[in-house]
Amino acid sequence: MEQLLQQVASGLANGAIYALLALALVMIFVSTNHINFAQGEMAMFSAFVCWQLLNWGYSFWVALPATMLFSFTIGVLIERIILRPLHTAPLLSVVVVFIGLLAIFHSLAGAIWTHTVKPFPSPFPDFSLVHSGIIGPHQIGMVVVAVGMLGLLFCFFRFTPLGLAMRAAALNATSARLVGINVDWMLALGWGLAATVGSVAGVLVAPVVYLEPNMMAGILLYGFAGALVGGISSPGGAVAGGFIVGVLENMVAYLGNMLERATGFYLIGNGEKLTVALIIVITVLTLKPSGLFGHVTVKRV
Amino acid sequence: MSNMLEVKDLKAYYGPSQALHGISFSLSKGGITTLLGANGAGKTTTLRAICGMVRAEGSVIIDGEPVTGKATESVVRLGVGHVPEGRGTFTELSVEENLRVAAYTRRDKAAAARDLEMVFTYFPRLKERMAQQAGTLSGGEQQMLAISRALMLGPRLMLLDEPSFGLAPLIVQEIFRIMRRINEEAKVSMLLVEQNAALALELADHAYVLETGRVVMSGTSAEVRSDEQIRKSYLGY
Repeated sequence: MEQLLQQVASGLANGAIYALLALALVMIFVSTNHINFAQGEMAMFSAFVCWQLLNWGYSFWVALPATMLFSFTIGVLIERIILRPLHTAPLLSVVVVFIGLLAIFHSLAGAIWTHTVKPFPSPFPDFSLVHSGIIGPHQIGMVVVAVGMLGLLFCFFRFTPLGLAMRAAALNATSARLVGINVDWMLALGWGLAATVGSVAGVLVAPVVYLEPNMMAGILLYGFAGALVGGISSPGGAVAGGFIVGVLENMVAYLGNMLERATGFYLIGNGEKLTVALIIVITVLTLKPSGLFGHVTVKRV
Repeated sequence: MSNMLEVKDLKAYYGPSQALHGISFSLSKGGITTLLGANGAGKTTTLRAICGMVRAEGSVIIDGEPVTGKATESVVRLGVGHVPEGRGTFTELSVEENLRVAAYTRRDKAAAARDLEMVFTYFPRLKERMAQQAGTLSGGEQQMLAISRALMLGPRLMLLDEPSFGLAPLIVQEIFRIMRRINEEAKVSMLLVEQNAALALELADHAYVLETGRVVMSGTSAEVRSDEQIRKSYLGY
């Protein structure tokens, strides 16, 4: 029983990361209809920046905000400089640009910080309050920070004029221009915010998977699976989807282990977690492409 | 110069094809001018060209300020409320959010609050529906919302693209009555595009008849209305 709870708890902790990445993907998708394949590598690069700042002796209280600011700026610059000229370009050109970005961030991180795996300190104190054995302090920290971040974003989009303007620009660009909103800047801001959300995910997950240029490869897939499960057009759904995928992958592995222990027959285990994520992606795309919480896009013809 | 809108030799293009072939017209301050003509005459394109939504050449001067080649949002910020074809409401936002987002660019929040009250006096029905998702409104209510959204910009000039489209005659009458009130009480000049020529000529003081991107006739509404030939060949009543 305790083992099951442990698995659920760590699933939620991982799910928090997937939820953040899924949200970052959805934020860009709803306003541009593009999936940013470089989202994971951008988060990885941000985690390296944070590590560098920590290494130079800054505390987390300085390093994390600085990293978020850096990521925000990079996100805005990518949109303004690289994607702006491609606004009317065919989808395939944009996909190629995203893959290019992915490769650039990947090799840049390798060139600057080498491919050696580095440990990343957990920003959370080892508070003894939670020594129940079910969930570790870093895992609790991951969930708290992720949920806090999601709450802040929700309030920003729901209650501030700028958040409302960004939503309006994403929903209907033409109408947004007709009420005087500078849609181009809203897109750039959206990119900046998505990069910031991603950077937090990168920093939170780095102590778990260790720091190296490949660290986000699998995690982005989980995030993508989460976004698809929840509905790629629904920010709330993406968050829920992230948590669902996090718990689900652990449950599958857990049940596989149980099965093996009971019958000696190995069907599925920890090694197949990523496969599970991919199966989820394919199943959702086949059975319910709009996701659990997404809405079907209807085009008037 | 007391014209709110001065358009000279306006040409507009959709890709390589030219939709407007140099049209000229003007709209006096506080006046209502209507553009009439059949489908494809270039009425909607004219409104779009004024707002920088299509590639355009020529001269568009709004209240003394040349705007040709400016971005849509810059033109709008001069006080131009464009009620577009198909209404363009943010269907996934609530009525309240639709109205709030329209006042986004305004510095004077007190004036925006006053305008919201004004909107409610014109369209009390919207006040009852504030929390409702705009996409669930009836067609007439959506048109009211679209006009209200333009009003929330605090406009000097309103561009209205077929406000009667797809609505029941009673609703159309109500909306046109309110447009008259907005024009008189809020001193908003209006450029009205309509298929329903009889209705438009009743509201407007001046009319221009377009055909395939050119002005073929213009005058006061009374003149256009009384010209038998124009009425038969272009206005169809």
